[in-house]
Amino acid sequence: MILKKSVAISETGFIFNPATGDSYTVNPIAAEILQLLKAAKSLAEIKQEILQQYDVDEKTLEEDLSDFSSHLQQLGLAEHEA
Amino acid sequence: MKHKLTIAVSGLNAIDSPGPGIGVIRSLRDCPDFDLRIIGLSYEALEPGVYMHEVVDKSYQIPYPSAGSQELQTRLAYIHDREQLNVVIPTFDAELANFIKLAATLKSWGIATLMPTANQLTALDKMHLHDFGREHNFNVPKTRFIDSLSQVEEIESDFDYPMVVKGKYYEAYIARNREEVAAYFHLLNAKWGLPVVIQKFVKGTEIVIAGLGDGTGRLMGAIPLRKLYITDKGKGWSGVVLEDEALINLTRKFVSASQWQGGFEIEIMRTGEDKFFIMEINPRFPAWVYTTAAAGQNLPAALVKLALGQEVTPYTAYETGKMFVRYAWDLITDIREFQQITTTGEL
Repeated sequence: MILKKSVAISETGFIFNPATGDSYTVNPIAAEILQLLKAAKSLAEIKQEILQQYDVDEKTLEEDLSDFSSHLQQLGLAEHEA
Repeated sequence: MKHKLTIAVSGLNAIDSPGPGIGVIRSLRDCPDFDLRIIGLSYEALEPGVYMHEVVDKSYQIPYPSAGSQELQTRLAYIHDREQLNVVIPTFDAELANFIKLAATLKSWGIATLMPTANQLTALDKMHLHDFGREHNFNVPKTRFIDSLSQVEEIESDFDYPMVVKGKYYEAYIARNREEVAAYFHLLNAKWGLPVVIQKFVKGTEIVIAGLGDGTGRLMGAIPLRKLYITDKGKGWSGVVLEDEALINLTRKFVSASQWQGGFEIEIMRTGEDKFFIMEINPRFPAWVYTTAAAGQNLPAALVKLALGQEVTPYTAYETGKMFVRYAWDLITDIREFQQITTTGEL
């Protein structure tokens, strides 16, 4: 999954989609994941980074990441890789 | 060197349903190439712009559009005699026809304008937009015109509920059943006359685009915007500039097809399937036009330069994410000023 190039993310977790004018706020961990997506990391790479940094079990993280990424796609912020 | 200009602008009603005049003037004042004297053209004594002396240097009342172009010509001759106008920018839909009729006269007096032609004005109005869309391959919601309620039954075979019921000139309502259609029909007929417009309801996100055409089919600039806060009168009280090449391409296609001359605003509905429907074309800049200047495309200043016959390079880039937030402000004046504009028609 890749984040749409035009989507702007601030360090404070504010997201702006310039194609639709919609904006969102996310919590710090979501902001971190978005920054990693913005840096072109894959979901697998992101999972590894989060696992190393935080005390979370792999299954829960996988489920949360999957929910979060489908939410991003529903909102038109991200798309499947071609 | 700055170009010394005296420019008359209408639409000073910076109220809850604002005219574009103040936004146009603010944009012009932002242009470093102009040394301006701004003449306000007002219809009512309480239009806020009349009292905004840092924005408008002098105001003159002009006759209501219903008085006709001859009355307007007489008044403009008086104003021109005192002010030696270089450019006039009308910003109201309802006054445009009179100003367009006077375009040649104004030119002979040395006053430049950049307005649509009478034919363009008619071809893109509410009554003809559907035909324009069909001819030039734009999506416009299916539209029918009705003169009596007996036609509603016939229309029901073609239109699903909800449907949009619109006045000939202004106002639109969403009707969910035949009774509501009847109620809005009577309301709109009484206000604006026949026919009443029935339009297919299109669900989606409302987007507006401010643009400028040079009259030869060339788009001089366009800024798309999504309204973020809409008042109960349907007016945008806040908005954000969007980035979408498809919207710019649509605007370019519109200007090329219509050969539009002057400022305009396109109202678009973007459906869930990313299909664009043109809902309306407003034949003048929108009230939020200053946002175009703030985003890097000073469309009113470009209009003035085009009107004066100067070479203007079309804008292509702009800054996405620029926002406007409108606000209310109690301007303090004095009864003497109100008295002066009321009794002399000038301030």
